[in-house]
Amino acid sequence: MRRFRLADPPRGGFDLSLIYPLPLFPQFPAGLRLLTGAMFALIASGVFWAGGCDRRQDGAPGGAGRVRVTYWEKWTGAESAAMQAVVDEFNAAQDRVWVDFVSMPQIDRKLIVATAGGNPPDLAGIWQQNITSFADRGALRSMDEFMLQDARASGAGGDAVDGFMARYVRVYADMCRSSGGRVYALPTTPSVVALHWNKALFREAGLDPERPPRTRAELDDFARRLTKRDPATGAITQAGFLPQEPGWWLWANPLWFGGSFLDGRGEISIGRDPANLESARWLRSYTEEYGNEALQRFSSGFGTFGTPQSAFFTGKVAMIWQGVWMNNYIRQFAPGLDYGVADWPAADEAALARAPFTVAESDVIVIPSGARHPEAAWAFVRYLSSANVAARSRAELRGMERLCFLQEKNSPLREWSPYFERDHPHPKITLFRRLSESPSAVYAPSLGVWQEYLRELNTANEKVRLLEASPEEAYAYVQARMEPSWRRNRESVARQARASAESRGPAREEGAP
Amino acid sequence: MMHGETRRLLRGLGFTGLWIVGLGVFTAYPVLASLYYSFCDYSILQRPVWIGLENFRELASDDVFWLSLRNTLFFAAFSVPLGTIVSLSLALLLNQEVRGRAFFRALFYLPSIVPAVASSMLWLWIFNGQHGVLNQALAPIFALWGGQPPAWLGDPAWAKPALVLMSLWGVGNSTIIYLAGLQDVPRELHESAELDGAGPLRRLWHVTLPMISPVIYFNVVMGMIGAMQVFTQAFIMSGGPDGNPARSTLFYALYLYSTAFYDLRMGYASAMAWVLFLLIAVLTWSANRIAAKRVHYAS
Repeated sequence: MRRFRLADPPRGGFDLSLIYPLPLFPQFPAGLRLLTGAMFALIASGVFWAGGCDRRQDGAPGGAGRVRVTYWEKWTGAESAAMQAVVDEFNAAQDRVWVDFVSMPQIDRKLIVATAGGNPPDLAGIWQQNITSFADRGALRSMDEFMLQDARASGAGGDAVDGFMARYVRVYADMCRSSGGRVYALPTTPSVVALHWNKALFREAGLDPERPPRTRAELDDFARRLTKRDPATGAITQAGFLPQEPGWWLWANPLWFGGSFLDGRGEISIGRDPANLESARWLRSYTEEYGNEALQRFSSGFGTFGTPQSAFFTGKVAMIWQGVWMNNYIRQFAPGLDYGVADWPAADEAALARAPFTVAESDVIVIPSGARHPEAAWAFVRYLSSANVAARSRAELRGMERLCFLQEKNSPLREWSPYFERDHPHPKITLFRRLSESPSAVYAPSLGVWQEYLRELNTANEKVRLLEASPEEAYAYVQARMEPSWRRNRESVARQARASAESRGPAREEGAP
Repeated sequence: MMHGETRRLLRGLGFTGLWIVGLGVFTAYPVLASLYYSFCDYSILQRPVWIGLENFRELASDDVFWLSLRNTLFFAAFSVPLGTIVSLSLALLLNQEVRGRAFFRALFYLPSIVPAVASSMLWLWIFNGQHGVLNQALAPIFALWGGQPPAWLGDPAWAKPALVLMSLWGVGNSTIIYLAGLQDVPRELHESAELDGAGPLRRLWHVTLPMISPVIYFNVVMGMIGAMQVFTQAFIMSGGPDGNPARSTLFYALYLYSTAFYDLRMGYASAMAWVLFLLIAVLTWSANRIAAKRVHYAS
């Protein structure tokens, strides 16, 4: 029987020697050479296939002949399905662009790596607090130019960017602008935070279940009256209110108390503004009221949010700050829970006449720098930024309203269709709309160091809450940490800008916009 | 070079070439690049700009860096010896001729193959201050002197010890290695010691431990390297990179991660990574020095 030689391949067969240096090993047994050659071919073809699979989508069915836009979004589950519905709607509504929607957890970190690697998606859904740090580092493409193009095409006068952004509620429009005023992101689904209270627990405590606390003093008083302890052990069995449950907006307490993160000169002010310290003292007062050890023990029994064991769902905490999504979670994890939604309590009776305070947040959509199809990506963003304000049925909902309706959130657009407002799945949606429109609505500041500032603030609040540091000590520490960090961040951005200008060369620099 | 030697070299390279390329591209280059980045202002999204020793100077005065290092050393100082004692004890027990030995061996190894995320979720419930099985068991004991068991992850004083305790969950791997080492101890040495009147403890101290000292050394060094890089359990158990409560579980790798991927300071994080590398190298070298005197190689 003739021995099979790879260096002398059978007719019509694939010649492995084309890709593998087999002539180097003529004395190898044929079987071994075949095996090593096959392994080499397998690895090589695997590498080339993996490298090419990203582009392979261009030839996939569904959207042949269109520009294909890749869209990474952080959502999973029902929220992801809602955006998929809008993407499908967009893909069906026109024949020029096809959006491939990809659910991508931990998107912020994956987007950083993909952008650094020069292969970002055309669109990405991130969080509002990422905008400035990403934009400062050149990771995002400004949307101003697209708004200008649209304005020119439609013959609209005035400032094109302001004109486009005017469709959004002020707080959501503001949070998408960088410190330089450029727009690097647009809202997708927003939220505002409101006080949620358990009406059954109010009844048990002899409180009017339809009357939530209206001032901060009332909140503290109601909290006291709603708190229960085991008569034998003194252990807390029910808390009226705990600032740290869930604690996601503890950072906003200084703003609620009229304080600030930056002073008028743009310098860190957390440890200097008396109102900030007042907010920390209020936080500490709850631990002093309940007792540190008893509170630790009580709160260590809470399940995490989004489970039936969550403190509000089990009736362990009677009042809580939560976002517009809470109704959806209550339906899933505590069906039948008798609850109410109200404004944040005002500072005092006099402040009741003023606009209510709230914390606004939003998921946002961005076009990363290096996106292959930015114009086509913008076409989808433009679609998403619109709605059919005449919609009178679910089938007539379009773009933003369809997305927010399916995710059971308020729309960031100023104008709502009759159907969206009247038939929204959240029975209190108009309250959230009113809160989002409040001139006193605040949002996380657009700072390149916000992530670090937030971490320091959270740690300081933890130390205050656990009586490990006084409010003055804790906030002075944040001040001492953040002052050099903020300075360093500004120096770094300037340094990078200089380096970038130098690498472009003098001719480009002069001509650069 | 001789023709035959060239041929052998090429043949060797033919077999190892892919691996060498992989090592160079996916390991050596990133390692060397991170050394360069540690001297740069680098956010990963822009080109690195050389800033000399600025990152290292900043590290020296960074309180949180030192805190994360202290937390990590605490974890390593307790988890490595405790893990060694527990896994060695388990291996000694599992080496006994008892009924169901194979079952017990599998039982103690099983936790090692549970993914870190899944086991962390499990331990979150075990450490639950009110309803956790650990406190349910401890409550009657603490009640004897009128106390209550700690809130574990909710208490800054107990969060780190809780993670040390949890690290014992993964002793199955080292137990298996100890078990292999124990089976290599020559039976005749035990018999000789027994004839000389040595009891079980004396045989353990004078025969077994010296004979398996290379295995102990290996496990201690590997355990120390792993403990210095502790990340996943702390990230999940404390609910993110902040090291809650009050930074009591902020370990070195957590701080490095948040600096790199949240603050976008990859240059500073690279400097931290190199400091950690040097620290581990020094600790390993120290262990090696101790091993030169204490570890007995039978061969």
